[in-house]
Amino acid sequence: MDNLIDIRGVRHAYSTASGPLPVLDGLDVQVPEGGFVAVVGPSGCGKSTLTRLVAGLLIPDAGEVSVHGKRITGPRSNVGMAFQNPVLLEWRTILDNVLLPLEIVPTKLTKAQAAERARKLLSLVGLDGFEGKRPSELSGGMKQRASLCRALIHSPEVLILDEPFGALDAFTREDLWQIMHRVKAEEPFTGVLITHDLRESIFLADQVVVLSGRPARTQFVLDIPDTGVRTLDHLYTPEAVAMLNTLRHQIEVAQGRAPAGQPA
Amino acid sequence: MKARQVLVPLAAVAIFLVLWEALVWVMGWPNYRMASPSDLIPAYEKYWNLFLVMGWQTLWRTVAGLILAVIFGTALGMIMGFSRTMRDALYPLLVGFNAIPKATVVPIVALMFVGWHDFNTVLIAFIISFFPIAVSVSIGLSTLEPEYRDILRSLGASQSTIFWKIALPKTLPEFFGALKVAVTLAFIGTNLMEIVSPHGRGLGALFDSGKTNSDYPLMFAVLIALAFLGIVLYYVVVALEKTFAGWADRTV
Ligand SMILES: Nc1ncnc2c1ncn2[C@@H]1O[C@H](COP(=O)(O)OP(=O)(O)OP(=O)(O)O)[C@@H](O)[C@H]1O
Ligand SMILES: [Mg+2]
Repeated sequence: MDNLIDIRGVRHAYSTASGPLPVLDGLDVQVPEGGFVAVVGPSGCGKSTLTRLVAGLLIPDAGEVSVHGKRITGPRSNVGMAFQNPVLLEWRTILDNVLLPLEIVPTKLTKAQAAERARKLLSLVGLDGFEGKRPSELSGGMKQRASLCRALIHSPEVLILDEPFGALDAFTREDLWQIMHRVKAEEPFTGVLITHDLRESIFLADQVVVLSGRPARTQFVLDIPDTGVRTLDHLYTPEAVAMLNTLRHQIEVAQGRAPAGQPA
Repeated sequence: MKARQVLVPLAAVAIFLVLWEALVWVMGWPNYRMASPSDLIPAYEKYWNLFLVMGWQTLWRTVAGLILAVIFGTALGMIMGFSRTMRDALYPLLVGFNAIPKATVVPIVALMFVGWHDFNTVLIAFIISFFPIAVSVSIGLSTLEPEYRDILRSLGASQSTIFWKIALPKTLPEFFGALKVAVTLAFIGTNLMEIVSPHGRGLGALFDSGKTNSDYPLMFAVLIALAFLGIVLYYVVVALEKTFAGWADRTV
């Protein structure tokens, strides 16, 4: 199968005051077109570094990161990013925040068409009527939805989500999971989702990649079977519980708290 | 603007003047110790044209110094905010320079450019007021969360686009805070120079002539006029802040 995102044998070290800090060593991640891969791993193992590589904000010391078979040498306008911190611009309205990427990347849309597209996206995530509000008037979950719209406004080929729901309460988070499924159906994208939440990973993604502790390599890959429309109830089926157990065990291995091999 | 926002400060000023008058009256102070507000009215009546001319001189030179301070301070703040190396290199110099009491710089500059009244006054106003602006811009830029930068950088935006679209507006609240401090400092600079330089101009020179002629009410009248100009400039900055950084105000 043709992979849209192809990360092979990537090695990277940050140079710090106390010498080089190896962060990635032997990282392999492949995402087919339209695929959605979740990446989980111990805290500080290099997950955000991985997103910076895919975004072209960082060039690896060794190995290859390519999108559409083309090696990445710098930032390209066809990515959208959202982080745990929604980083909305306080001096702009929600609508103008969502429109920000179109001020940078070339677009065929007229101003009116762009605004209409932004409104459509906002409505898709349930933010109708909030176009003219300031970010400070929105709750954390609403800000995160607006940030998602901004990441999608220019129809990026690759969507990079770095723990976008990490700072939200459990109910808001489950709301946003369902919104993500809606968005994916309406606005297809190829995505990488970094998360700390194993339930989130199996609910949203079609493949979960477990990274080892730092320096991170690909330790384990779990394919999530396609069961059609996913609902929250699916998280409580025996299949889902088995997948969660496997992933939990892999995380413990990554953290060095359990020996490799199958859980008892 | 609500009536309350105008009336409350005015009432505060009126109460202050009444208390001042009462204090001087109760203590029975003579004019050379402390003039009272009622003594100032004759001074304003007698010299009103001087107050206008010299008040204007003080005002425009202060504003000119401030504008230079904003331009230079912002540029310096940008250099230090974006480059770690430049920050490490420039901070000690800047702090050392700022630690020199400006009262000692004034006579030096006055001698250096003797006779160039406007130039050396503007220069001192500038020297004394650029520091807080440079520091605030540099801190504003260097503490910008990396995610803000990455949002635009991942789309291929240039450094200058990131500066104009994100870094600059995000720094504006700090910038205006520093500008309020700079306004007061610039006034101090202008007046120091006006008082020190021989045959100076501006309200500082008027103060000096009051001193020479032992005209105490005139000296106090100058102080009040300076305070008034300071308040006017301060509110100009507040109005600019409301226009350009009003979004940062969260008080309802
Ligand atoms: N610019 C940098 N310079 C030096 N070290 C860095 C830099 N960015 C990250 N690191 C270090 O590299 C390691 C991996 O960082 P990264 O942010 O990729 O981890 P992460 O898996 O996203 O962590 P978390 O789970 O906390 O989000 C960490 O130890 C971090 O301290
Ligand atoms: Mg991270």
